[in-house]
Amino acid sequence: MNYTRTAIILHWLVALLIFIAFPLGIYMHELALSPTKLKLYSYHKWIGVTVFTLSLLRLLWRTTHQPPPLPSSITRWQQRAARIAHYLLYALLIAVPVSGWLMSSAKGVQTVWFGLLPLPDMVPRDKSLGELLKTVHLGLNITLLTLVVVHLLAGLKHHFIDGDKIMSRMFFSNKVKSL
Amino acid sequence: MKPFYLANYLALSLLLASLSSQALEYRGLLAEQSTLSFTYRQMGVPMKGDFSRFTAQIAYDPAQPTTASARFEVDLKSIDVGYSDGNDEILKADWLDTSKYPTAHFISKEITPLDNNTLAIKGELNIKGKTLAVTAPLTITKKGNTQIFSGSLPINRLNFAIGEGLWSDLNVVANEITIHFHLVTANEY
Repeated sequence: MNYTRTAIILHWLVALLIFIAFPLGIYMHELALSPTKLKLYSYHKWIGVTVFTLSLLRLLWRTTHQPPPLPSSITRWQQRAARIAHYLLYALLIAVPVSGWLMSSAKGVQTVWFGLLPLPDMVPRDKSLGELLKTVHLGLNITLLTLVVVHLLAGLKHHFIDGDKIMSRMFFSNKVKSL
Repeated sequence: MKPFYLANYLALSLLLASLSSQALEYRGLLAEQSTLSFTYRQMGVPMKGDFSRFTAQIAYDPAQPTTASARFEVDLKSIDVGYSDGNDEILKADWLDTSKYPTAHFISKEITPLDNNTLAIKGELNIKGKTLAVTAPLTITKKGNTQIFSGSLPINRLNFAIGEGLWSDLNVVANEITIHFHLVTANEY
């Protein structure tokens, strides 16, 4: 049994956006202020808001579409670890963009999605709060990166070492069912 | 005879000057209640900034609004563009070049009453060594012993060479910057 087509598309779309936003974030923050820097910051924020929105959609989809059960060949503790890891991943997919959004407000620059849709400033401009949220944003990102690496390695381990079909559930196959 | 005439003339002008200063005038700027701010757009984001140091000499007699005059001087180094990286950048040569042009000035040239509490103030705005004629509508509000002059003036930053070189890209920082002033003056007799 595979994930639904919608779940698969959303998963890889979010993965792709994260793989763009993460290195972009690392690169851009070292730059001296320039028009390019301002553009890159905006693109980074737009991607972040998109990840946030898609992640909310994914959570909504997940609550209405049970993911396929894990095969019984996987031990109970591994099933439990996998469940916790996935909850954490979802939590970070929300927390990382939210921390960036708040940081942006604290630093005095509102987030305007694609330069068109303004997100409200939930915190006032405040230098020390801005620095704190920068640390929070970085910390959450390092946690996310770590979990993504574990997530990826676990998938590869199941595919190449255990030889089970877990990883292929997140790819399209001829046997895709429903939506 | 001539020196005597001159002395008379001087005495008369002094008398007139002292008489006119008897008229109700609003001159003293209450700095802590007054604000000089500006709004602009950067990558589609509405931004707000302000100046913390500025002086203004305003002479306004409600009975004779056309004789009013205003002069502003803004310490450009006191600018806050809304975020700290920007505050370092704005002082540089491409932007305000404050080491060469530390202040901006406005001098009123002509004041026309529009209605009871609105004046059109025409004057010369000097920023970064460039002087341009501007006109701003000015709203006057009386509040207790104070008189508040408020209004806004949109300017195009490129007309004053604010943001040159790479920064002249208007898709990043829009051309229009609106200056908002809220000047509270105490009345003086």
